[in-house]
Amino acid sequence: MLKFDKLVFGDLGWGDELLIATLMTLTVSVLSMGLGLCLAIITVWAKLITNRITRLIANFYTTVVRGVPELLVIYLIFFGGNAVVMGIAKIFGYNKYIELNALTIGTIAIAFISATYSSEVIRAAYLAVNKGQVEAAKALGLSKFQIFMRVMGPQIIRHALPGIGNVWQITLKDTSLISVTGLVEIMRQSRIASNVEHSPLTFLITAACLYLFLTTFSGKLFKALELNYSKGYQ
Amino acid sequence: MQNLIEQLNEYLLFRNFFEVIAGLDNTLLLLIISLPIGFVLSLLFALGRVSKNKFISKTIAFYIFTIRGTPLLVQIYLIYFGLGSVKFIRESFLWYLLKEPFWCGVLALTLNTVAYGSEIFRGGIQSVTKGQIESGLSLGFNRLMLLRKIIIPIALRKVLPSYGNELILMVKATSLVSLTTYMEMTGIARKIMAKTFAPVEAFVAAGILYLFLNFLMVQFVKYLEWKYNPHLRISKT
Repeated sequence: MLKFDKLVFGDLGWGDELLIATLMTLTVSVLSMGLGLCLAIITVWAKLITNRITRLIANFYTTVVRGVPELLVIYLIFFGGNAVVMGIAKIFGYNKYIELNALTIGTIAIAFISATYSSEVIRAAYLAVNKGQVEAAKALGLSKFQIFMRVMGPQIIRHALPGIGNVWQITLKDTSLISVTGLVEIMRQSRIASNVEHSPLTFLITAACLYLFLTTFSGKLFKALELNYSKGYQ
Repeated sequence: MQNLIEQLNEYLLFRNFFEVIAGLDNTLLLLIISLPIGFVLSLLFALGRVSKNKFISKTIAFYIFTIRGTPLLVQIYLIYFGLGSVKFIRESFLWYLLKEPFWCGVLALTLNTVAYGSEIFRGGIQSVTKGQIESGLSLGFNRLMLLRKIIIPIALRKVLPSYGNELILMVKATSLVSLTTYMEMTGIARKIMAKTFAPVEAFVAAGILYLFLNFLMVQFVKYLEWKYNPHLRISKT
Protein backbone atom coordinates (compact mmCIF):
# COMPACT_ATOMS: atom_id res chain seq x y z
CA MET A 1 0.00 0.00 0.00
CA LEU A 2 2.60 2.54 1.07
CA LYS A 3 5.86 2.23 -0.81
CA PHE A 4 8.04 4.98 0.58
CA ASP A 5 11.15 3.07 -0.50
CA LYS A 6 10.25 4.11 -4.06
CA LEU A 7 11.14 7.70 -3.15
CA VAL A 8 14.91 7.12 -3.34
CA PHE A 9 17.03 8.99 -5.85
CA GLY A 10 18.37 7.28 -8.94
CA ASP A 11 16.93 4.68 -11.28
CA LEU A 12 15.16 2.70 -8.59
CA GLY A 13 12.99 5.47 -7.25
CA TRP A 14 11.24 8.70 -8.07
CA GLY A 15 13.20 11.05 -5.80
CA ASP A 16 15.12 12.89 -8.49
CA GLU A 17 12.07 13.15 -10.77
CA LEU A 18 10.05 14.64 -7.93
CA LEU A 19 12.84 17.08 -7.11
CA ILE A 20 12.90 18.30 -10.71
CA ALA A 21 9.11 18.54 -10.65
CA THR A 22 9.30 20.64 -7.47
CA LEU A 23 11.75 22.97 -9.18
CA MET A 24 9.33 23.16 -12.12
CA THR A 25 6.47 24.13 -9.79
CA LEU A 26 8.67 26.81 -8.24
CA THR A 27 9.71 28.11 -11.67
CA VAL A 28 6.12 28.36 -12.89
CA SER A 29 5.02 30.03 -9.65
CA VAL A 30 7.81 32.60 -9.69
CA LEU A 31 7.38 33.37 -13.40
CA SER A 32 3.61 33.69 -13.20
CA MET A 33 3.79 35.70 -9.99
CA GLY A 34 6.21 38.13 -11.68
CA LEU A 35 4.15 38.37 -14.84
CA GLY A 36 1.02 38.66 -12.72
CA LEU A 37 2.49 41.57 -10.75
CA CYS A 38 3.31 43.40 -13.99
CA LEU A 39 -0.23 42.78 -15.25
CA ALA A 40 -1.61 43.88 -11.89
CA ILE A 41 0.29 47.17 -12.02
CA ILE A 42 -1.15 47.84 -15.48
CA THR A 43 -4.63 46.97 -14.19
CA VAL A 44 -4.27 49.26 -11.18
CA TRP A 45 -3.05 52.04 -13.42
CA ALA A 46 -6.04 51.50 -15.72
CA LYS A 47 -8.40 51.62 -12.74
CA LEU A 48 -6.95 54.74 -11.15
CA ILE A 49 -6.51 57.09 -14.13
CA THR A 50 -9.54 59.15 -14.97
CA ASN A 51 -10.46 57.36 -18.16
CA ARG A 52 -13.77 55.56 -18.19
CA ILE A 53 -12.92 53.09 -20.94
CA THR A 54 -9.72 51.74 -19.37
CA ARG A 55 -11.46 51.54 -16.01
CA LEU A 56 -14.32 49.63 -17.56
CA ILE A 57 -11.96 47.16 -19.25
CA ALA A 58 -9.94 46.65 -16.07
CA ASN A 59 -13.05 46.13 -13.96
CA PHE A 60 -14.47 43.70 -16.50
CA TYR A 61 -11.23 41.73 -16.51
CA THR A 62 -10.95 41.42 -12.72
CA THR A 63 -14.64 40.62 -12.22
CA VAL A 64 -14.76 37.96 -14.91
CA VAL A 65 -11.51 36.20 -14.07
CA ARG A 66 -12.29 36.19 -10.35
CA GLY A 67 -15.83 34.94 -10.92
CA VAL A 68 -14.86 32.00 -13.10
CA PRO A 69 -13.14 28.83 -11.83
CA GLU A 70 -9.38 28.78 -12.31
CA LEU A 71 -9.64 25.49 -14.16
CA LEU A 72 -11.87 27.07 -16.83
CA VAL A 73 -9.42 29.93 -17.34
CA ILE A 74 -6.61 27.42 -17.79
CA TYR A 75 -8.63 25.29 -20.21
CA LEU A 76 -9.63 28.37 -22.18
CA ILE A 77 -6.05 29.60 -22.51
CA PHE A 78 -4.63 26.14 -23.10
CA PHE A 79 -7.07 25.12 -25.83
CA GLY A 80 -7.94 28.55 -27.18
CA GLY A 81 -4.59 30.30 -26.75
CA ASN A 82 -2.98 28.79 -29.83
CA ALA A 83 -5.70 30.15 -32.09
CA VAL A 84 -5.28 33.63 -30.63
CA VAL A 85 -1.50 33.60 -31.04
CA MET A 86 -1.79 32.33 -34.59
CA GLY A 87 -4.37 35.00 -35.35
CA ILE A 88 -1.99 37.68 -34.09
CA ALA A 89 0.85 36.15 -36.08
CA LYS A 90 -1.32 36.22 -39.21
CA ILE A 91 -1.72 39.97 -38.89
CA PHE A 92 2.04 40.24 -39.08
CA GLY A 93 2.12 37.98 -42.13
CA TYR A 94 3.26 34.74 -40.49
CA ASN A 95 1.10 31.86 -41.63
CA LYS A 96 2.79 28.76 -40.26
CA TYR A 97 1.43 26.68 -37.40
CA ILE A 98 2.57 27.86 -33.99
CA GLU A 99 2.36 25.74 -30.91
CA LEU A 100 3.05 27.21 -27.51
CA ASN A 101 4.59 24.84 -25.00
CA ALA A 102 2.86 23.90 -21.80
CA LEU A 103 5.20 25.99 -19.64
CA THR A 104 4.41 29.22 -21.52
CA ILE A 105 0.68 28.59 -21.53
CA GLY A 106 0.60 27.56 -17.91
CA THR A 107 2.59 30.60 -16.85
CA ILE A 108 0.34 32.95 -18.79
CA ALA A 109 -2.83 31.34 -17.46
CA ILE A 110 -1.74 31.44 -13.83
CA ALA A 111 -0.44 34.98 -14.28
CA PHE A 112 -3.85 36.10 -15.54
CA ILE A 113 -5.48 34.63 -12.44
CA SER A 114 -2.92 35.88 -9.95
CA ALA A 115 -2.95 39.39 -11.46
CA THR A 116 -6.60 39.89 -10.52
CA TYR A 117 -5.83 39.19 -6.87
CA SER A 118 -2.62 41.22 -6.79
CA SER A 119 -4.28 44.17 -8.47
CA GLU A 120 -6.72 44.51 -5.58
CA VAL A 121 -3.86 44.31 -3.08
CA ILE A 122 -1.75 46.88 -4.90
CA ARG A 123 -4.71 49.21 -5.38
CA ALA A 124 -5.49 49.15 -1.67
CA ALA A 125 -1.80 49.71 -0.85
CA TYR A 126 -1.62 52.65 -3.23
CA LEU A 127 -4.71 54.25 -1.73
CA ALA A 128 -3.37 53.70 1.79
CA VAL A 129 -0.43 56.03 1.24
CA ASN A 130 -1.21 59.44 2.66
CA LYS A 131 -1.72 62.11 -0.01
CA GLY A 132 -0.09 64.75 2.16
CA GLN A 133 3.23 62.99 1.73
CA VAL A 134 3.11 63.42 -2.05
CA GLU A 135 2.31 67.08 -1.58
CA ALA A 136 5.17 67.45 0.87
CA ALA A 137 7.52 65.80 -1.62
CA LYS A 138 6.28 68.16 -4.34
CA ALA A 139 6.88 71.10 -2.06
CA LEU A 140 10.45 69.93 -1.62
CA GLY A 141 10.87 70.06 -5.39
CA LEU A 142 11.16 66.31 -6.06
CA SER A 143 10.48 65.18 -9.59
CA LYS A 144 7.63 62.76 -10.35
CA PHE A 145 10.08 59.89 -10.75
CA GLN A 146 11.79 60.71 -7.48
CA ILE A 147 8.46 60.90 -5.67
CA PHE A 148 7.59 57.44 -6.90
CA MET A 149 10.97 55.90 -6.13
CA ARG A 150 11.58 57.49 -2.73
CA VAL A 151 8.16 58.26 -1.27
CA MET A 152 5.39 56.22 -2.86
CA GLY A 153 7.22 53.05 -3.90
CA PRO A 154 8.62 51.90 -0.56
CA GLN A 155 5.36 52.60 1.24
CA ILE A 156 3.28 50.80 -1.39
CA ILE A 157 5.55 47.77 -0.98
CA ARG A 158 5.18 47.90 2.79
CA HIS A 159 1.40 48.07 2.64
CA ALA A 160 1.14 45.47 -0.10
CA LEU A 161 3.55 42.83 1.23
CA PRO A 162 1.17 40.91 3.53
CA GLY A 163 -1.45 40.74 0.78
CA ILE A 164 1.12 39.80 -1.85
CA GLY A 165 2.25 37.00 0.45
CA ASN A 166 -1.30 35.64 0.43
CA VAL A 167 -1.50 35.95 -3.36
CA TRP A 168 1.80 34.08 -3.63
CA GLN A 169 0.38 31.18 -1.61
CA ILE A 170 -2.72 31.10 -3.84
CA THR A 171 -0.55 31.22 -6.96
CA LEU A 172 1.67 28.42 -5.71
CA LYS A 173 -1.34 26.24 -5.07
CA ASP A 174 -2.96 27.16 -8.37
CA THR A 175 0.05 25.84 -10.28
CA SER A 176 -1.16 22.35 -9.38
CA LEU A 177 -4.02 22.94 -11.84
CA ILE A 178 -1.76 23.27 -14.86
CA SER A 179 -0.95 19.60 -14.50
CA VAL A 180 -4.03 19.18 -16.73
CA THR A 181 -2.05 20.71 -19.60
CA GLY A 182 0.59 18.01 -19.35
CA LEU A 183 3.32 20.12 -17.77
CA VAL A 184 5.37 17.85 -15.52
CA GLU A 185 5.23 19.58 -12.15
CA ILE A 186 4.64 18.06 -8.71
CA MET A 187 1.03 17.06 -9.32
CA ARG A 188 1.64 15.55 -12.74
CA GLN A 189 4.81 13.75 -11.70
CA SER A 190 3.18 12.21 -8.67
CA ARG A 191 0.25 11.00 -10.80
CA ILE A 192 2.67 9.43 -13.29
CA ALA A 193 4.65 7.80 -10.51
CA SER A 194 1.55 6.48 -8.78
CA ASN A 195 0.29 5.00 -12.04
CA VAL A 196 3.59 3.24 -12.65
CA GLU A 197 4.02 1.97 -9.10
CA HIS A 198 0.31 1.32 -8.46
CA SER A 199 0.53 3.21 -5.21
CA PRO A 200 -1.36 6.51 -5.40
CA LEU A 201 -1.35 7.04 -1.65
CA THR A 202 2.46 7.15 -1.42
CA PHE A 203 3.02 9.68 -4.13
CA LEU A 204 0.01 11.87 -3.40
CA ILE A 205 1.07 12.15 0.24
CA THR A 206 4.56 13.03 -0.99
CA ALA A 207 3.07 15.68 -3.27
CA ALA A 208 1.06 17.12 -0.38
CA CYS A 209 4.22 17.25 1.76
CA LEU A 210 6.16 18.97 -1.01
CA TYR A 211 3.46 21.62 -1.38
CA LEU A 212 3.31 22.01 2.38
CA PHE A 213 7.06 22.50 2.47
CA LEU A 214 6.95 25.10 -0.31
CA THR A 215 4.09 27.09 1.23
CA THR A 216 5.55 27.04 4.75
CA PHE A 217 9.02 27.96 3.61
CA SER A 218 7.90 30.80 1.36
CA GLY A 219 5.56 32.02 4.08
CA LYS A 220 8.55 32.38 6.40
CA LEU A 221 10.39 34.25 3.66
CA PHE A 222 7.55 36.72 3.29
CA LYS A 223 7.41 37.25 7.05
CA ALA A 224 11.10 38.16 6.98
CA LEU A 225 10.54 40.55 4.07
CA GLU A 226 7.64 42.20 5.89
CA LEU A 227 9.83 42.75 8.93
CA ASN A 228 12.50 44.26 6.73
CA TYR A 229 10.11 46.69 5.07
CA SER A 230 8.47 47.86 8.28
CA LYS A 231 11.75 48.71 9.99
CA GLY A 232 10.82 52.37 10.33
CA TYR A 233 7.66 51.55 12.26
CA GLN A 234 8.99 49.40 15.08
CA MET B 1 -40.37 33.27 -31.72
CA GLN B 2 -39.86 29.80 -33.20
CA ASN B 3 -37.84 31.43 -35.91
CA LEU B 4 -35.66 33.25 -33.43
CA ILE B 5 -34.84 30.10 -31.51
CA GLU B 6 -33.97 28.31 -34.73
CA GLN B 7 -31.74 31.19 -35.70
CA LEU B 8 -30.02 31.19 -32.32
CA ASN B 9 -29.49 27.45 -32.58
CA GLU B 10 -27.15 28.15 -35.45
CA TYR B 11 -24.73 29.56 -32.92
CA LEU B 12 -22.54 27.04 -31.16
CA LEU B 13 -22.35 29.16 -28.02
CA PHE B 14 -26.13 29.14 -27.66
CA ARG B 15 -26.38 25.38 -28.09
CA ASN B 16 -23.47 24.78 -25.74
CA PHE B 17 -25.14 26.94 -23.18
CA PHE B 18 -28.08 24.57 -22.88
CA GLU B 19 -25.86 21.52 -22.80
CA VAL B 20 -23.78 23.00 -19.97
CA ILE B 21 -26.89 23.98 -18.01
CA ALA B 22 -27.65 20.27 -17.77
CA GLY B 23 -24.64 20.05 -15.43
CA LEU B 24 -25.82 22.87 -13.21
CA ASP B 25 -27.74 20.55 -10.92
CA ASN B 26 -24.64 18.43 -10.34
CA THR B 27 -22.63 21.53 -9.43
CA LEU B 28 -25.38 22.75 -7.12
CA LEU B 29 -25.72 19.34 -5.49
CA LEU B 30 -22.04 19.48 -4.49
CA LEU B 31 -22.56 22.90 -2.95
CA ILE B 32 -25.88 22.16 -1.26
CA ILE B 33 -24.35 19.26 0.66
CA SER B 34 -20.86 20.53 1.40
CA LEU B 35 -21.63 24.16 2.30
CA PRO B 36 -24.10 23.65 5.20
CA ILE B 37 -22.03 20.82 6.69
CA GLY B 38 -18.95 22.97 6.20
CA PHE B 39 -20.60 25.91 7.92
CA VAL B 40 -21.58 23.95 11.04
CA LEU B 41 -18.23 22.19 11.28
CA SER B 42 -16.34 25.45 10.75
CA LEU B 43 -18.15 26.97 13.69
CA LEU B 44 -17.42 23.97 15.90
CA PHE B 45 -13.78 23.86 14.81
CA ALA B 46 -13.39 27.58 15.42
CA LEU B 47 -14.73 27.13 18.96
CA GLY B 48 -12.29 24.25 19.42
CA ARG B 49 -9.46 26.36 18.06
CA VAL B 50 -10.00 29.06 20.70
CA SER B 51 -10.70 26.59 23.52
CA LYS B 52 -8.34 26.41 26.49
CA ASN B 53 -7.78 22.69 25.94
CA LYS B 54 -4.30 22.61 24.38
CA PHE B 55 -4.79 19.22 22.76
CA ILE B 56 -7.95 20.17 20.88
CA SER B 57 -6.70 23.55 19.76
CA LYS B 58 -3.31 22.17 18.63
CA THR B 59 -4.92 19.32 16.70
CA ILE B 60 -7.27 21.69 14.89
CA ALA B 61 -4.42 24.10 14.21
CA PHE B 62 -2.46 21.26 12.59
CA TYR B 63 -5.46 20.27 10.48
CA ILE B 64 -5.94 23.85 9.30
CA PHE B 65 -2.24 24.17 8.55
CA THR B 66 -2.11 21.06 6.36
CA ILE B 67 -5.30 21.78 4.44
CA ARG B 68 -4.43 25.42 3.82
CA GLY B 69 -0.88 24.56 2.78
CA THR B 70 -1.83 22.08 0.06
CA PRO B 71 -3.78 22.60 -3.15
CA LEU B 72 -7.38 21.41 -3.26
CA LEU B 73 -6.49 19.25 -6.26
CA VAL B 74 -4.09 17.20 -4.14
CA GLN B 75 -6.82 16.71 -1.55
CA ILE B 76 -9.34 15.60 -4.16
CA TYR B 77 -6.87 13.18 -5.73
CA LEU B 78 -5.81 11.87 -2.31
CA ILE B 79 -9.39 11.06 -1.45
CA TYR B 80 -10.43 9.75 -4.86
CA PHE B 81 -7.33 7.79 -5.89
CA GLY B 82 -5.52 7.50 -2.58
CA LEU B 83 -8.24 6.23 -0.28
CA GLY B 84 -9.51 3.91 -2.99
CA SER B 85 -6.18 2.10 -3.03
CA VAL B 86 -6.36 1.23 0.66
CA LYS B 87 -7.61 -2.32 1.08
CA PHE B 88 -9.05 -1.68 4.51
CA ILE B 89 -11.32 1.07 3.17
CA ARG B 90 -12.32 -0.91 0.10
CA GLU B 91 -13.64 -3.64 2.36
CA SER B 92 -15.42 -1.39 4.82
CA PHE B 93 -18.83 0.28 4.48
CA LEU B 94 -17.08 3.54 3.54
CA TRP B 95 -16.48 2.14 0.10
CA TYR B 96 -20.17 2.52 -0.78
CA LEU B 97 -19.65 6.25 -0.56
CA LEU B 98 -16.04 6.65 -1.59
CA LYS B 99 -16.30 4.71 -4.82
CA GLU B 100 -18.53 7.49 -6.15
CA PRO B 101 -16.65 10.54 -7.43
CA PHE B 102 -19.52 12.65 -6.13
CA TRP B 103 -19.02 11.75 -2.46
CA CYS B 104 -15.25 12.06 -2.81
CA GLY B 105 -15.85 15.56 -4.13
CA VAL B 106 -18.21 16.39 -1.27
CA LEU B 107 -15.72 15.09 1.28
CA ALA B 108 -12.81 17.04 -0.22
CA LEU B 109 -14.79 20.26 -0.55
CA THR B 110 -16.10 19.99 3.01
CA LEU B 111 -12.65 19.32 4.46
CA ASN B 112 -11.32 22.28 2.52
CA THR B 113 -14.02 24.77 3.43
CA VAL B 114 -13.91 23.78 7.10
CA ALA B 115 -10.21 24.65 7.27
CA TYR B 116 -10.66 28.07 5.71
CA GLY B 117 -14.01 28.76 7.36
CA SER B 118 -12.89 27.93 10.88
CA GLU B 119 -9.96 30.33 10.50
CA ILE B 120 -12.41 33.04 9.44
CA PHE B 121 -14.79 32.30 12.33
CA ARG B 122 -11.92 32.26 14.79
CA GLY B 123 -11.15 35.83 13.80
CA GLY B 124 -14.78 36.74 14.41
CA ILE B 125 -14.96 35.03 17.79
CA GLN B 126 -11.76 36.67 18.96
CA SER B 127 -13.05 40.07 17.88
CA VAL B 128 -15.87 39.93 20.45
CA THR B 129 -14.77 42.43 23.08
CA LYS B 130 -14.31 41.55 26.71
CA GLY B 131 -16.91 44.08 27.80
CA GLN B 132 -19.63 42.34 25.83
CA ILE B 133 -18.83 39.01 27.48
CA GLU B 134 -18.64 40.61 30.92
CA SER B 135 -22.01 42.26 30.48
CA GLY B 136 -23.43 38.86 29.57
CA LEU B 137 -21.87 37.33 32.68
CA SER B 138 -23.26 40.11 34.84
CA LEU B 139 -26.73 39.22 33.56
CA GLY B 140 -26.16 35.71 34.85
CA PHE B 141 -25.71 33.93 31.50
CA ASN B 142 -24.09 30.53 31.67
CA ARG B 143 -21.49 29.53 29.08
CA LEU B 144 -23.97 28.10 26.56
CA MET B 145 -26.23 31.14 26.77
CA LEU B 146 -23.20 33.39 26.41
CA LEU B 147 -22.20 31.52 23.28
CA ARG B 148 -25.66 31.44 21.78
CA LYS B 149 -26.83 34.94 22.61
CA ILE B 150 -23.66 37.00 22.46
CA ILE B 151 -20.53 35.46 21.01
CA ILE B 152 -21.85 33.64 17.95
CA PRO B 153 -24.27 36.33 16.69
CA ILE B 154 -21.64 39.06 16.98
CA ALA B 155 -18.92 36.89 15.45
CA LEU B 156 -21.08 35.75 12.51
CA ARG B 157 -22.13 39.28 11.73
CA LYS B 158 -18.54 40.45 11.65
CA VAL B 159 -17.22 37.69 9.40
CA LEU B 160 -20.03 37.77 6.84
CA PRO B 161 -18.00 39.57 4.13
CA SER B 162 -15.00 37.26 4.41
CA TYR B 163 -17.16 34.17 4.70
CA GLY B 164 -18.94 35.37 1.56
CA ASN B 165 -15.56 35.35 -0.16
CA GLU B 166 -15.02 31.80 0.97
CA LEU B 167 -18.43 30.81 -0.43
CA ILE B 168 -17.46 32.21 -3.83
CA LEU B 169 -14.17 30.33 -3.70
CA MET B 170 -16.19 27.18 -3.01
CA VAL B 171 -18.40 27.74 -6.06
CA LYS B 172 -15.22 27.98 -8.10
CA ALA B 173 -13.68 24.98 -6.38
CA THR B 174 -16.50 22.67 -7.49
CA SER B 175 -15.03 22.77 -10.99
CA LEU B 176 -12.06 20.72 -9.77
CA VAL B 177 -14.31 17.77 -8.99
CA SER B 178 -14.71 17.37 -12.76
CA LEU B 179 -11.17 15.93 -12.80
CA THR B 180 -12.46 12.84 -10.99
CA THR B 181 -14.81 12.01 -13.90
CA TYR B 182 -17.75 13.69 -12.14
CA MET B 183 -19.87 15.36 -14.81
CA GLU B 184 -20.65 18.85 -13.61
CA MET B 185 -20.48 22.03 -15.68
CA THR B 186 -16.74 22.04 -16.32
CA GLY B 187 -16.76 18.34 -17.14
CA ILE B 188 -19.56 18.81 -19.65
CA ALA B 189 -17.79 21.80 -21.18
CA ARG B 190 -14.70 19.64 -21.66
CA LYS B 191 -16.82 16.93 -23.27
CA ILE B 192 -18.37 19.45 -25.64
CA MET B 193 -14.91 20.67 -26.56
CA ALA B 194 -13.77 17.15 -27.38
CA LYS B 195 -16.88 16.73 -29.55
CA THR B 196 -16.94 20.03 -31.43
CA PHE B 197 -13.25 21.08 -31.38
CA ALA B 198 -14.40 24.57 -30.46
CA PRO B 199 -12.86 25.21 -27.03
CA VAL B 200 -13.69 28.89 -26.71
CA GLU B 201 -17.44 28.48 -27.19
CA ALA B 202 -17.61 25.55 -24.78
CA PHE B 203 -15.68 27.17 -21.93
CA VAL B 204 -17.22 30.60 -22.36
CA ALA B 205 -20.67 29.03 -22.03
CA ALA B 206 -19.61 27.39 -18.77
CA GLY B 207 -17.87 30.56 -17.61
CA ILE B 208 -21.05 32.62 -18.03
CA LEU B 209 -22.95 30.15 -15.87
CA TYR B 210 -20.30 30.24 -13.14
CA LEU B 211 -20.32 34.03 -13.23
CA PHE B 212 -24.09 33.95 -12.82
CA LEU B 213 -23.85 31.54 -9.87
CA ASN B 214 -21.26 33.75 -8.21
CA PHE B 215 -23.39 36.81 -8.86
CA LEU B 216 -26.28 35.13 -7.03
CA MET B 217 -23.93 34.20 -4.19
CA VAL B 218 -22.75 37.82 -3.85
CA GLN B 219 -26.34 39.06 -3.77
CA PHE B 220 -27.21 36.46 -1.13
CA VAL B 221 -24.31 37.53 1.09
CA LYS B 222 -25.23 41.19 0.58
CA TYR B 223 -28.78 40.42 1.66
CA LEU B 224 -27.53 38.62 4.78
CA GLU B 225 -25.29 41.56 5.60
CA TRP B 226 -28.21 43.92 5.21
CA LYS B 227 -30.47 41.74 7.32
CA TYR B 228 -28.11 41.11 10.20
CA ASN B 229 -26.59 44.58 10.42
CA PRO B 230 -29.71 46.68 11.05
CA HIS B 231 -27.66 49.21 13.03
CA LEU B 232 -25.62 50.00 9.94
CA ARG B 233 -28.56 50.65 7.64
CA ILE B 234 -28.98 54.20 6.48
CA SER B 235 -32.44 55.30 7.58
CA LYS B 236 -34.58 56.82 4.89
CA THR B 237 -36.53 59.21 7.08
